[in-house]
Amino acid sequence: MKKTIITVVGKDTVGIIARVCTYLADNGINIQDISQTIVQEYFNMMMIVDTSHTEKSHGDMADELKALGEEIGVIIKCQREEIFQSMHRI
Amino acid sequence: MLNIFEVAETNKMIEKENLDVRTITLGISLLDCIDSDLERCNRNVYEKITRVAGNLVSVGEEIEKEFGIPIVNKRISVTPMALAGAAACKAPADFVTLAHTMDRAAKAVGVNLIGGYSALVSKGMTPADEMLIHSIPQALVETERVCSSVNLGSTKTGINMDGVRLMGEVIRETAEASKEQDCAACMKLVVFCNAPDDNPFMAGAFHGVTESDAIVNVGVSGPGVVKTALEKVRGENFEVLCETIKKTAFKVTRVGQLVAQEASRMLGVPFGIVDLSLAPTPAVGDSVADILCEIGLEYAGAPGTTAALALLNDQVKKGGVMASSYVGGLSGAFIPVSEDQGMIDAVTAGALTLEKLEAMTCVCSVGLDMIAIPGKTKPSTISGIIADEMAIGMVNQKTTAVRIIPAIGKDVGDTVEFGGLFGYAPVMPVNAFSCDAFISRGGRIPAPIHSFKN
Repeated sequence: MKKTIITVVGKDTVGIIARVCTYLADNGINIQDISQTIVQEYFNMMMIVDTSHTEKSHGDMADELKALGEEIGVIIKCQREEIFQSMHRI
Repeated sequence: MLNIFEVAETNKMIEKENLDVRTITLGISLLDCIDSDLERCNRNVYEKITRVAGNLVSVGEEIEKEFGIPIVNKRISVTPMALAGAAACKAPADFVTLAHTMDRAAKAVGVNLIGGYSALVSKGMTPADEMLIHSIPQALVETERVCSSVNLGSTKTGINMDGVRLMGEVIRETAEASKEQDCAACMKLVVFCNAPDDNPFMAGAFHGVTESDAIVNVGVSGPGVVKTALEKVRGENFEVLCETIKKTAFKVTRVGQLVAQEASRMLGVPFGIVDLSLAPTPAVGDSVADILCEIGLEYAGAPGTTAALALLNDQVKKGGVMASSYVGGLSGAFIPVSEDQGMIDAVTAGALTLEKLEAMTCVCSVGLDMIAIPGKTKPSTISGIIADEMAIGMVNQKTTAVRIIPAIGKDVGDTVEFGGLFGYAPVMPVNAFSCDAFISRGGRIPAPIHSFKN
């Protein structure tokens, strides 16, 4: 399984999760975990997704999610899980 | 499973605290390019570099995208050219053609610097070493991306004082030759004692002869991350301070290890080492001097600076060593003047002198780095500064280096502008008393005794 971490940060508005989830569903990407907080009206979300069944390359996915974020007015980043695992787990 | 706070912490380091991978440096052996015909030698060198490093830049960019971490530089180091070109070069001008070939190859593959226009003369010089050294001013002025280094001493061999005298003159000539560009060619020239074979950082990177055919070395950075972590433990004792630095260095180095392994896999080239150095840039919040201030000094250079730097350097190593399977290169804190806004401020405020910098180099990874000195400084004085630094490295069994810029036509109070990652430097005063008779003796300083340590 290839895990990717998607983070969304920005001003809270209606339908952020819906838009991101629609994109993921359309591309065959399965969501394994979502956590979300709102700090001083700022929306902060992290998703752990499984990208083993998508045909998209990581680069394309990152670019398209970034563009989607710009459309909604939030910052969406898409990073392979290993960078977080290596930093926070021995 | 990972939680949102861990993910946010990593991304904050990258976005706000300038965490980055400073360089992926691909070391390439040129020993199989040796030929007695200069033209064929040049062709072999170009062909080998462009073949092995052809997709270095694209691999680097792909890793950046996948992990969301900037990789600031993609670079190449090659076998010291004095060895690779010895059979073909009959005059200094012949070596210059090899510098041009390195430059062309670097441009063809898209790397911003290529190191290895080097000679290893810690004990003596071959005619090829001497020709290469004499060609350095022309080679560095006529090329854009070539970096040069000369190893002048080691703990095992002592110091080659003929080489030290010669390099004082060469540094001065290099400054003269590039005086229209604020003596910028001197930024690409460094002299070493105990030069490491696997250093990924420029200007001193070269691919040692004990290395394999090609190897991936990675240099991480993150002074801003250490500084931010220390802000949270203000007023705490040294135990807490040291633990905080160690833990932070561990996290930073783990990213370097991951990137190095990934780059090695994608390039099909073995992983060499991760260099644990804290490498500053002139960007705000990317300064080693700021860490020293956070530890409790008004400015870098104040009494206590050497002790603070010693503990910082040691904790960075202790944290980093466990985070990586192979550690090498220079591994410590860099203290360049022009590339660190906090150091520039310290010099401008009068807190930091050349002598204090020399003391600091006894306990940290490199040496006198990116320091502008008055243009009127005599070559023999430059050699004296080099000899002092080499002695520190030789006796303390560590790497030391000198990368100084004689600012032709400028004096104390003036500033030298290098631009970009290289920053700017206030011209620092140099002790004006002569060491001519010492430098002109010739020969070499014997290796130090390795017993009776006091």
